Amino acid sequence: MNAIETNKLTKSYGKSRGINELHLAVAEGDFFGFIGPNGAGKSTTIRTLLGLISPTSGSAKVLGYDIVSEKEKILREIGYLPSEINFYSGMKVKDAIKYSADLRHAKCIDKQKNLCERLGLDLNKKVDELSLGNRKKVGIVCAIQHSPKLLILDEPTSGLDPLMQKEFFNILMEENEQGSTIFFSSHILSEVQNYCHTAAFIKDGRIIMSDKVENLEQTGTKKVTITGQFDDKKLAALSGVTPTESSNNKQTCFFYNGNLQALLELLASENPKDITITEPSLEEIFMNYYE
Amino acid sequence: MTIFKQEIKSQKLSIAIWSLSIGLLIAACVLMYPDMESQMEGVNDMFSSMGNFTEAFGMDQLNFGTLVGFYAVEGGNILGIGGAFFAAITAITALMKEEKERTAEFLMTHPVSRTKIITEKFLSVFSIIIILNAVVLGCTLLSIVMIDEEIFWKELLLFQLAYLLMQFEIAGICFGISAFLRKSGLGIGIGLASLMYFFNIIANISEDAEVLKYITPFGYTEGSDIINNGELKIEYIIPGMIMMLIGIIIAYVKYNKKDIH
Repeated sequence: MNAIETNKLTKSYGKSRGINELHLAVAEGDFFGFIGPNGAGKSTTIRTLLGLISPTSGSAKVLGYDIVSEKEKILREIGYLPSEINFYSGMKVKDAIKYSADLRHAKCIDKQKNLCERLGLDLNKKVDELSLGNRKKVGIVCAIQHSPKLLILDEPTSGLDPLMQKEFFNILMEENEQGSTIFFSSHILSEVQNYCHTAAFIKDGRIIMSDKVENLEQTGTKKVTITGQFDDKKLAALSGVTPTESSNNKQTCFFYNGNLQALLELLASENPKDITITEPSLEEIFMNYYE
Repeated sequence: MTIFKQEIKSQKLSIAIWSLSIGLLIAACVLMYPDMESQMEGVNDMFSSMGNFTEAFGMDQLNFGTLVGFYAVEGGNILGIGGAFFAAITAITALMKEEKERTAEFLMTHPVSRTKIITEKFLSVFSIIIILNAVVLGCTLLSIVMIDEEIFWKELLLFQLAYLLMQFEIAGICFGISAFLRKSGLGIGIGLASLMYFFNIIANISEDAEVLKYITPFGYTEGSDIINNGELKIEYIIPGMIMMLIGIIIAYVKYNKKDIH
């Protein structure tokens, strides 16, 4: 069974686009990265799956439950961390965490304590005094303390310092190893590349690609960097060349997925000082998709 | 009842300030009564000969020379306006504040149905109003005991019941409006309560506008009616309670379908 499955899921906001006939499948137990630039539809997808907003058309199931008619059953089994989390003014950190556990009728003191210690949370601080990063840590505890089957995280690392990001991903990996499905949205590609098993790209409210991260990395496309003088006209005549913005007077950079023999013949006919041919990073593949 | 408890807890300071402000102001008026009693005949004559102003506040049918008459005007106006504003503010912010303070996403991604959220919030609003009225009644009784006057139980309890129903009605209507709002609605709540108060003044001044008594909840809190008839005017209460129920039903219908941003 898929943990998340959408079928032509659409949400329109009048004239402005939300998500359009979205097809998304997240397998149970997966560590899934949902990638897209700001405004692509990541948060709209998540908010629709959680029942915060109603779909205009299409359908979706989360953990086998319909997102419209079985919303409460879904919410019982998941943990959610919004991109910007706010708590009730006047509450202390421990009150916010307890309130979240009480709303779930969850008894999870030991796990709660462990998470707070790992994230370095001061339980007696007022939530109004917390920085974005510390509010996020409280949100992480609220989302994970009850050991949900599915964790949905919307740009979870914003505001967290690098050390805390590492600890946060360690926690996520432990949850994943214990059977939780992790679904998180991000525009930081290195996070997805380092931790996710599967990733989907969303652009203009539609999924443009979804695959295992290792497959996405092996697209057959090579990143070629040539140092020294190079005839741009000859390069432009070669099929399969996509120039990158990092080219300058001293260096020529491009992605290549054409005939390798033709590229080598061209390189041999010129006199470059240096050549590097590498696999493009997920970030570079991502940028390629969005151009 | 987790949400109910949280609502009461988060508003305890506001409840204390409003309850004690209204209660102590009424108590202060009652405590001043013995000093003013001897001069009341002159005041009575003066207040009963001020034309429209006299009619607007029902002072043509009240005797200032008695504590019950004095209370009906002074206490009635304080609890009437104060209570109406408090009920309006509490109810209009009840649902709206979750989106305004951006806590809606936190609350609504927990396994609680929107119907449950609305029910617990609506119960908390009405409980808060009951707490305010209990404190005000306590302050009033205490002040009457302190000036060694006899407690006019029947009238006092009828006044209190009328004001409680009036606040419930305003709260019910504002609760319905709250379901539509995303940002501050304080102006709408206070404006609505003020408008209802002025409707009653207009209805008192002009016989042609008496129909307004069926619209405004201040119609059934009129001190002169309660003292002279010894009962509440049910014909004004019924439309008021219907409006309250409509407000609450609208809140359930709208909020259950609302997109939370």
